[in-house]
Amino acid sequence: MAFDQEKDQFRVLGTRPDRPDGLDKVTGKARYGADMSASGMLHGAIVRSPHAHARIVKIDASKALAMKGVKAVVTRADFPDGQKGEDWNIMENCMAGERALYDGHAVAAVAATTPWLARDAAKAVEVEYEILPHVTDVDKAMQDGAPVIREGAANYSVPEGMHPNVVRFIEFGHGDVEKGFEEADVVMENSYTTEATHQGYIEPHACLAQMGSDGRGELWCCTQGHWFVRRMSAACLGIEVSKLRVTPSEIGGGFGGKTTVFIDPVALALSRKADRPVKIVMSREEVLRATGPTAAASMDVKIGMTKDGKMTAGKAVFRMTGGAFPMAPVDSALACAFACYDLENVQHEGYDVMSNRPKQAAYRAPGSPMAAFAVESLVDEMCRELKLDPLEVRLKNAAKEGTKSSAGPTYPRIGLVETLEAAKAHPHFTAPLGPNQGRGIASGYWMNWGGETSVSLALSEDGTVTVSVGTPDIGGSRASVAMMAAEALGVEYEDVRVNVVETGALGVNEPTHGSRATFATGLATIEAATQAKKTLCERAAAKWGIDAEAVIWEDGCAKPSGPNAGEFPPLSIGEICAKMGRTGGPISGHFEATPMGFGGSFGTHIVDVEVDPETGHTSVVRYTVVQDAGKAIHPSYVEGQFQGGAAQGIGWALNEEYIYGEDGRLQNPIFLDYRVPVASDLPMIDTVIVEVPNPGHPYGVRGVGETGITPPLPAIANAVADATGQRLRGLPVSPPKILAAIKG
Amino acid sequence: MVDVTLWSSMRRFADGQETVSVAGNTVGEVLQNLVTSYPGLEPVIEDGASLAVNGEYAGDSLQMEIKEGDEVFLLQRVRGG
Repeated sequence: MAFDQEKDQFRVLGTRPDRPDGLDKVTGKARYGADMSASGMLHGAIVRSPHAHARIVKIDASKALAMKGVKAVVTRADFPDGQKGEDWNIMENCMAGERALYDGHAVAAVAATTPWLARDAAKAVEVEYEILPHVTDVDKAMQDGAPVIREGAANYSVPEGMHPNVVRFIEFGHGDVEKGFEEADVVMENSYTTEATHQGYIEPHACLAQMGSDGRGELWCCTQGHWFVRRMSAACLGIEVSKLRVTPSEIGGGFGGKTTVFIDPVALALSRKADRPVKIVMSREEVLRATGPTAAASMDVKIGMTKDGKMTAGKAVFRMTGGAFPMAPVDSALACAFACYDLENVQHEGYDVMSNRPKQAAYRAPGSPMAAFAVESLVDEMCRELKLDPLEVRLKNAAKEGTKSSAGPTYPRIGLVETLEAAKAHPHFTAPLGPNQGRGIASGYWMNWGGETSVSLALSEDGTVTVSVGTPDIGGSRASVAMMAAEALGVEYEDVRVNVVETGALGVNEPTHGSRATFATGLATIEAATQAKKTLCERAAAKWGIDAEAVIWEDGCAKPSGPNAGEFPPLSIGEICAKMGRTGGPISGHFEATPMGFGGSFGTHIVDVEVDPETGHTSVVRYTVVQDAGKAIHPSYVEGQFQGGAAQGIGWALNEEYIYGEDGRLQNPIFLDYRVPVASDLPMIDTVIVEVPNPGHPYGVRGVGETGITPPLPAIANAVADATGQRLRGLPVSPPKILAAIKG
Repeated sequence: MVDVTLWSSMRRFADGQETVSVAGNTVGEVLQNLVTSYPGLEPVIEDGASLAVNGEYAGDSLQMEIKEGDEVFLLQRVRGG
């Protein structure tokens, strides 16, 4: 599908209409996961392991079941065996089998008539553990003698001789890196670490489950992808997928962390056992202990550079742990590590390592922020060593259309150079700095995604439009989809309503992940609108008694076109729809596909920080995001995604981290101790939207949701180094670390 | 025939070759013929490995067309967010 190069003037795209969900959200009418209720509903609570690694010797629920109002207790024995691969991992994570694998791992659950009773009953469930040795550090988990999380978990890719905790191995590259390093004037190699961080969505996971005695069930939940929830929950319960209907609520943030299940199969199992609806709402502590943070990383990077800033070779060796299960995002981290650079010689190695931590979940550009921290920090160090402008060095080595990417495939049209040029031209880049202040820049990349997509578009009797989509709206996709439908049909934005519908209403939709919703759901909506326009033209042609080919759709009306079409006044969409029942039936459009051509997005960030030399506290005093959006459908939402990514990246860089004690327990499972940035921690984040159209989308759209979290980690570290003269290679660059570095 | 370049960690399953030639007009046919010619690649492909064709990631689109002369890479599964 080629971008419509002839149409560069849009009627609706690029404007900033009100968000369709705004009124409900600011008046409290919007219904989130915990707002759902049902007659006769019970409340669920989960019994969690206090140990990082322990064999479950015995579970005695007799005291809990004896409590008045307690209706059911489930353990792993209440779920069928037989799941394979990732389904087994999901099952094991939702409810431990023989062993608890991390602090907070679910081992049982109860359902009772009130939330307080359920919590008390959960405490009354007696679990006997045999405590086992544990490991939470990625490097230690790979060493000889480290406790083995699970024998036989390694897949085909792991060469013989590695520790059983190494479950995947990845290696790729091109050229001759040793030759490249020989050609360099300076070769530097350093090691970098990042701790696990949580997505930090404001709304904890919540669901309401109802299983009938006929084996069919319904589930209401907050999720980024209800078809995924349906498939995963059905696999855990051992039922056919179509027996479960899942309806998504409004969602208070997801950032990748709500693309899987934690409590949904448990609530369904409790409902099945109690024969009553069961609601489970997680506490913040449960969210931090037992839902997916991202992975922790330990990374070695080596780069060769000539005196004039030409990069001659790059090598990255990354080790990541995504907890007690495979799937740390080391693959995507490596694919993004050197994505910004045109390198003749590049080599990557990656190790996916299991440890006694919660199962990681996707978090906004999974793996890419860590990779950017390592690579972009070293690039900055080398620029300082060679006294070169870090932005000019990036321009000199920038990947562009036709470049062989570090992952191998040749880049199509991309916009990195445009973001660098825009950053260079921005007043921020040359603004003077004050005392104790420093400036950092960094670039980043996310490849984006297409994914299974199904959309229906139906016209009403008055010509207004309803679009049914399967991608929950986590960042404004209802507005962007409505705008694309309005643009395609030639109607007003206000005349389009977009509904996120349940799993029974459409074919399979992948979640809102991979920055795909505006790209893929938008593309499907445009195609569905094209079908509807064809039918509208056919109805007009029938009325006029001319060939359908002699009718065009323009400005929301059917018009005769061509030398033999005749003279007829335009028929509006409302006029045609008013009589659609008598002229052939309802008018609608439908489209489903797994669209390709999703087009990656690059960004470049500039940040100024001020470091207090007495306390080591870092204040972000100015921040500018420059990113390629392809085509910004609703610029305010695009800017919001840029700012949100930057805010989360700032938190990751400065404060956020999972802190484990010697006992393997999480030490900071509340927001007072796990500190995300709040509004008063942040300056106004300036944004520059670059538009290099994606040839794979009719309007040129590129996903914009994830790239924005990638550059902040290195940009902040580079700015702190500029302000203090001290290079910190482990995130977060928190006040104690900075103070220790300053004081020597 | 289509020339498929393998990520280096997959080459040990294809007699150490960096590039292998297989028949096929679609992503699905090329993946199937890779498994037929190099059975060691089956778990790699079953795990979700995908092809990149002329710089475009094919993901799960087995019907995507491929023709002789296209740039084709076999990548280990890369998971999104």
